[in-house]
Amino acid sequence: MAAMVRLLEETDPIVEEVYRRKNEAEEARQLEYLSTVKIQAWYRGEKTRAYMSHLNKCALIIQRHWRGYLGRGLTRILVKNSVMIMKINFYNKKATYIQKMWRGYYVRKYVFNYYSRKRYLEALQIKNEIVRSELEEYAEMQEQERRRKAEKVEKERREVLARRNHYLISTEVIPGVFNSPFLPYPTDTEYLLRSVKPLLHEKKKKTDKPFDPTCRSYDLPKPKLLPPLPTKPQGPFREPEDVQNQRYKPFQPSLRVATSFTSLEEARKQMKNEEWVTRLNDNVFEPFSRRDSRYEPLLHTRSEYGHLPYGFRYFREEFPDRRVTQQWFPASAGNGGRITT
Amino acid sequence: MSQRQVLQVFEQYQKARTGFVQTVAELASRPQNIETLQNAGVMSLLRPLLLDIVPTIQQTAALALGRLANYNDDLAEAVVKGDILPQLVYSLAEQNRFYKKAAAFVLRAVAKHSPQLAQSVVDCGALDALVICLEEFDPGVKESAAWALGYIARHNAELAQAVVDAGAVPLLVLCIQEPELSLKRIAASALSDICKHSPELAQTVVDAGAIAHLAQMILNPDAKLKRQVFSALSQISKHSVDLAEMVVEAEIFPAVLTCLKDPDEYVKKNVATLIREIAKHTPELAQLIVNAGGVAAVVDYVGESKGNIRLPGIMMLGYIGRHTPEHAKAVAVANVLPKLLQCYLRADASEDLQTKSKKALKNILQKCVHLPALEPLLHDAPPNILKHVVGQFSKVLPHDSKARRLFVTSAGLKKIQEIKAEPGSALAEYINTINNCYPEEIVKYYSPGYSDTLLERVEQYQPSK
Repeated sequence: MAAMVRLLEETDPIVEEVYRRKNEAEEARQLEYLSTVKIQAWYRGEKTRAYMSHLNKCALIIQRHWRGYLGRGLTRILVKNSVMIMKINFYNKKATYIQKMWRGYYVRKYVFNYYSRKRYLEALQIKNEIVRSELEEYAEMQEQERRRKAEKVEKERREVLARRNHYLISTEVIPGVFNSPFLPYPTDTEYLLRSVKPLLHEKKKKTDKPFDPTCRSYDLPKPKLLPPLPTKPQGPFREPEDVQNQRYKPFQPSLRVATSFTSLEEARKQMKNEEWVTRLNDNVFEPFSRRDSRYEPLLHTRSEYGHLPYGFRYFREEFPDRRVTQQWFPASAGNGGRITT
Repeated sequence: MSQRQVLQVFEQYQKARTGFVQTVAELASRPQNIETLQNAGVMSLLRPLLLDIVPTIQQTAALALGRLANYNDDLAEAVVKGDILPQLVYSLAEQNRFYKKAAAFVLRAVAKHSPQLAQSVVDCGALDALVICLEEFDPGVKESAAWALGYIARHNAELAQAVVDAGAVPLLVLCIQEPELSLKRIAASALSDICKHSPELAQTVVDAGAIAHLAQMILNPDAKLKRQVFSALSQISKHSVDLAEMVVEAEIFPAVLTCLKDPDEYVKKNVATLIREIAKHTPELAQLIVNAGGVAAVVDYVGESKGNIRLPGIMMLGYIGRHTPEHAKAVAVANVLPKLLQCYLRADASEDLQTKSKKALKNILQKCVHLPALEPLLHDAPPNILKHVVGQFSKVLPHDSKARRLFVTSAGLKKIQEIKAEPGSALAEYINTINNCYPEEIVKYYSPGYSDTLLERVEQYQPSK
């Protein structure tokens, strides 16, 4: 019980306390309420923020993964391209190298071959020398030919001269000019004179050169004079009229000579002119123009009753009165009363 | 009898006429008489004799007129003014061959002096008559007609065209094939005169087939014929590349080179002209000539002939050397440069010769890197040529050690040191380049006066005891 009394004593302060606390709480209620709200707000905010941040993080993760995926794909492409470029460059370099070697080779061998050019020039020099020597040989040969010809001409000239001066030869008694007695042996002119025949002086025939008016010949041929008039006595002369008739007899050409060359053409022309004047029918005959018209044979030949054998069996009527009867016929039928078939 | 006396009078007159006309013809053949004859009024006397009945008098009168007109152009003018030409042309068609020869001679004598006279000959219708004469059988008539046509065509292109339009060219080509030498000569000369004016005329002649016949006559022994043939071929080939190629296709090389050794100098000159005209067109043609050994032959020709005759040879070498460096090399290896230099330096060479040889030398030198050929020039050349020679050396020596050695042993380096060049000129630069190829001692050794300096040093040397 003591506790109960104590407790009952304590109830009043407790009630007061309660009331005090309640008033305090009442006073602090707004504040507490606001604070609580604040705390709750903060807490909710935190929760939401935590959630948002969680969501953000998730989104980031997704995005990160996605971007990584994309980027990796892109990188793959880039890497592929760069690898390809590297490979191409590598191949290009190698191809350039090959082309370089080939072009150098080709140019050196085919376009400008130094050694073949050198050989060509050396060969050219040799060829030049050959040509030179050949030309010289040729020139020498020609020279020799000419010299030989000149010598021959000279020899002939001397021979002709010797033949003309053959009288200068020395005889048994009188030594000639070229055979001086003071010399041990005769000169070679003497020998030449002895070896040739003397020239016979033939009378030079006057050749009648035909007239040649070119600018080369300076001496003109003499013209032919008229023949001299005859002096011997002439015989008995015919009458001048006879002579004139004979001399100026008219020309009697043969038929062939008298027809002109163009007689055929003229005759044709004349025929044509006659046709032109006299012809009435101008229709030109066109052969084969009646092809489509049927052939109409003569009754004479095609009739089934035959035809008169006159004309191919016999050509002469032997009995001209065969078809003429002596029977009288009345005059009104015509034909003068005779019956003919 | 009176008849006889009458006939005698006529006979005397005829004798007098013949004597007159023959004496006049004979006098006209000497130049000193012609003035006197002209003053005596011979033209007006000869004119009626052209219409004489007796053919001998006609022919002699024509011959006398021809000789007179041949002498100088006043007389030829007088012949034209005296209206003689139409009569001659008319009777050209009708008379016998002697008269035709004489009449063609007169036409030729008139036409040769000047283009105006030739034009007046053409205006009389002489061309048709002359072409008809070309169809005759007698070779003398053909020769006179061809000669007259050649003289007419010589003056200018219009007259040559008129000759071609009259249809002369095929007949001239036929004349070339005739066996008579003089006819061949004249026909070749006429064709050459026609071709020289323009490419179309040359083409007409070529179309008539002239080249083959001309080419056949190259090896004919007669010198005058060869002159004309080569002159004709060179006139054809000078106009264009196609014509030159057609001439070459007639296989004239290498037969043509043998004619460079002909004793007649005009033949050689014409051959050199022909080769020159062919070489100047394209490098291929020049190459053909070089490969056939033409350069050596022409070089020999240039070396042996004198004066202006060798002008075509020098020009030909210049043309070949100008095409490409290979040609210049080919020319240089043929030992041509010393000869060209000689031509350039001769005291009696004409202006033309000097300019042409200088040009040829320059063209060849600028492309020539064949040093053994250049060395002889170092010793003899005048300064303006020397500059080019040294330039070529300076291009080659820095690269080729063997050539450097050769240069020293052949006393070329010595010569270079002796050249005095103005500092700053191209020559000095070239000399410097060459000197830089060699070590200093060698250059000093070869410089002039080095032996003297050495000897001075010897004098001044005190032997150390």
